[in-house]
Amino acid sequence: MNEFLLSILIWLPIIGGVAVLFFSKQEDAQAARVFSLAVSILVFALSIPLWMDFDRSTAAMQFVERAQWIPYFNVEYFLGVDGISMPLILLTTLLTLIVVISSWVVIQKRVAQYFAAFLIMEGVMIGVFAAQDAMLFYLFWEIMLLPMFLIIGIWGGPNRIYATIKFFLYTLLGSLLMLVALLYLYNKAGSSFVISDFHDLVLSMTEQKWIFVAFFMAFAVKLTMVPVHTWLPDAHVEAPTGGSVILAAIMLKLGGYGFLRFNLPITPDASHALSGIVITLSLIAVIYIAFVALVQNDMKKLIAYSSISHMGFATLGFFLFNQMALEGAMIQMISHGFISGAMFLAVGVLYDRLHSREISAYGGVAQVMPKFAFFAVLFAMANAGLPGTSGFVGEFFVILGAYQVNGWIAALAAVTLILGAAYTLWMVKRVMFGAMTKDSVAGLKDLSGREMLFMSILAGFTILVGVWPAPLLDVMRVTLENLLAHVAVSKL
Amino acid sequence: MMLESLNIMAALPEILISVMACLILMYRLYDKSCCPNFMPFVMSVSSLILAGLLALLGRPEEAQFAFNDAYIADSMSSVIKAFIAFITAAVFIYGARYNAERGYFKTEFYVLGLFGVVGMMVMASSAHLLTLYVGLELFSLSLYALVAFYRDSRVASEAAIKYFILGGLASAILLYAMSLLYGLSGSLQIDTIATQLAALESDNLGVSLAVVLVVVGLAFKLGAVPFHMWVPDVYQGSPTSVTAYLAAAPKIAAFAMVIRLLVDTLQVQHITWQPMLIILALASVALGNIVAIAQTNIKRMLAYSTISHMGFFLFGILSGTAAGYSAALFYVLIYAVMSAGAFGVILLLSDKQTESERIIDFKGLSQRSPLMAFLMLVLMFSMAGIPPFAGFFAKMSVILSLIQGDLVWVAIVAVLLAVIGAYYYLRIIKTMYFDVPDDNAPPVANNHWAIKALLAVNILALLFILPWIGNMLDMTQFLMLGK
Repeated sequence: MNEFLLSILIWLPIIGGVAVLFFSKQEDAQAARVFSLAVSILVFALSIPLWMDFDRSTAAMQFVERAQWIPYFNVEYFLGVDGISMPLILLTTLLTLIVVISSWVVIQKRVAQYFAAFLIMEGVMIGVFAAQDAMLFYLFWEIMLLPMFLIIGIWGGPNRIYATIKFFLYTLLGSLLMLVALLYLYNKAGSSFVISDFHDLVLSMTEQKWIFVAFFMAFAVKLTMVPVHTWLPDAHVEAPTGGSVILAAIMLKLGGYGFLRFNLPITPDASHALSGIVITLSLIAVIYIAFVALVQNDMKKLIAYSSISHMGFATLGFFLFNQMALEGAMIQMISHGFISGAMFLAVGVLYDRLHSREISAYGGVAQVMPKFAFFAVLFAMANAGLPGTSGFVGEFFVILGAYQVNGWIAALAAVTLILGAAYTLWMVKRVMFGAMTKDSVAGLKDLSGREMLFMSILAGFTILVGVWPAPLLDVMRVTLENLLAHVAVSKL
Repeated sequence: MMLESLNIMAALPEILISVMACLILMYRLYDKSCCPNFMPFVMSVSSLILAGLLALLGRPEEAQFAFNDAYIADSMSSVIKAFIAFITAAVFIYGARYNAERGYFKTEFYVLGLFGVVGMMVMASSAHLLTLYVGLELFSLSLYALVAFYRDSRVASEAAIKYFILGGLASAILLYAMSLLYGLSGSLQIDTIATQLAALESDNLGVSLAVVLVVVGLAFKLGAVPFHMWVPDVYQGSPTSVTAYLAAAPKIAAFAMVIRLLVDTLQVQHITWQPMLIILALASVALGNIVAIAQTNIKRMLAYSTISHMGFFLFGILSGTAAGYSAALFYVLIYAVMSAGAFGVILLLSDKQTESERIIDFKGLSQRSPLMAFLMLVLMFSMAGIPPFAGFFAKMSVILSLIQGDLVWVAIVAVLLAVIGAYYYLRIIKTMYFDVPDDNAPPVANNHWAIKALLAVNILALLFILPWIGNMLDMTQFLMLGK
């Protein structure tokens, strides 16, 4: 079965998602929920062999499937995973399962369509991570926009239409430029869309710079680098909780994945030449956006800005070109998937009860919701980079890696440990602690068993990766070493 | 004249439709039953389907000439004719109830439509400039009459007059270009002209003038900027059933005309017409996409969208390679399917009182009619060029042909403009899915399930073609072989 595992992981949720649509009647809502849960559990269970049977000693593609699809363009149905994409696929299957659980009672409008959108999106996102043919990658990459566009637009908040159209057009702009770059490379590579063929392609510096910029536009928008980050706070604030979780935990990572799969190996010389700009933008994200987060009144907006700031760490790690920083950036991506997902879920828990995301609407929540307060403080600490949580490992590695390159970069990046603690803990203080001045807060009920479940799962992973990151590093090490060796060789 | 040199079997589909059109007119005179227009409708649709099948199944292995070499039946023209016939048949079916409720369900409507189809087919098969011109005029005159079919409407009459005058002007310009070509080469036979022109110097002033006039005439007929002024008015002013007719199949015929004139006749002058087409195409995509944003009437919006699609289609032509022409043919076929589907949705939504042509009429459609809303969603994403719908592959193959033709900058500008274009398609989806229906929203018209099923097949083909999209591209490549 392992030879078709990736196909199953892609198509099972997509087919399952289409099947859920048959429960579209309001009275079938419960059936839709149960069915979606079954599909997402099954997909998660099937993704575990990916981890177990993964060969950690090679950088080559594994679980490969390869077949002709469109001979006219030489597009292949070519799937495979390496140490970069495999952990991200597991993250996707886990987070989708959690989103399904968390949306159980919250969503009452068009239930079947909601779950269908998430399941279809799961399959498509796994497709993005698994595709080894650039055109297949591009197809999945763009299709991914459609369910998210509908999720924000249909189930979102009051300003959802502005937010979702902005989200769509921003990402479309980036990806269409990438399409031109891909077609250019296809033409240059003698009619091949296979990504590894692009890796070996000789390109002049001018070509590399143009191609770098085209890819950079696509991935920087997706990963929300400054200055193309403005769609993210809008999208997050308006998206339903599940949408925010997927957006922050997985979609942003697709941008990071793109940098590692396309920018660095296809245009190594341009990556070196332009790394100063990228590092500067990353540091601006890390520091300036942290200050922006500090002044937010809306909890979701605060976490959205915190995501941008944390993703700055990832891009910083990519463009320092050493093993330490690169590993740190990858850990940061995975860890941010758990932490930001959990924080959005925590905001969702409060929002479901009081229908407000304003920090000022709360205060003293810990007195009535002690269990919730435990998890909220834990994730806040992790977000601030407390040792023992996964948030620490990634940031620490990147800072160490930066130190090998330039002490100033490391020093500036380290500022985030202070600023991150400032904005997260200040928010927690204002929401959780202090005097309980509002009657509405006094009536809050603590976490239900269902909410306990998904919070504990994410808390478990956050601490596990925090205290014992070795298994995760083992999976990625060889692939990242290979990537660095490839990037070090000039293509000129 | 020998019968062999006539070789009339090569023109079987055209002959079938012409004969049927005449028979239908006579039949109408003798039908005294309650609904004398019903049988003519059925006969029109079935003769279209039959002609389409004849063209498709009887496509020749090698090009055949007929009527003393004035007429060519090759595999390109056969496939194009089949598409024209099938799409027109579908459009007739979508519009039947709409026409019946407004008193347009007349034999004349369908007979004019059939003659228009014959005109398009003749254009696709012309090996002689006069044949081309006769086909063009037969098609255009039928269409002028169809646009004015609702003679009591001021907008329709205005649209018809505008279309007639500008169309006549364009025909005159084309005719002048043909006369120049005749003067330069001494022949109206397309292949003779091509060989004669190849012998001339490439900067010959007369040839350049002829090329300019050909490009202008074609741009008028295609509705490319700056010769697009008639398009929005005609799309909006015509009855929707006529708009559907003129928005879909004629674009395929226009492709054939472009191939016959620019490629078969003037390929040697590629260097002259390429820069002109670049300007026309970029201007069309830019203006079409930007002005469409401001529209409140969906027919008018789709008119501007057509202008931008014609720009994309020209991108495929201007690269001047067989791969580019094949991309353009693929684009135009997909476009015709999308366009028929889009107007099909509008036709099916319009009921006796409402035209369902304002964008606000689509408010909350996903709750009033989930099927129609979903079909429209597929169309809008496909027109915007978002995968996995076929519209994406059409755009992609055209952009690839630009890159292969060393026109990367045009490709970049084109995709940037496509992002602008995505906005107004998304707005329709937003109106259908994110907005709540008004209390006084127009009721959704009742349609026969078979018609809905046909429309669904037409539109969902844009998605389910995906596994076979390569075969379709192979086909277009085969049809453009040696161009």
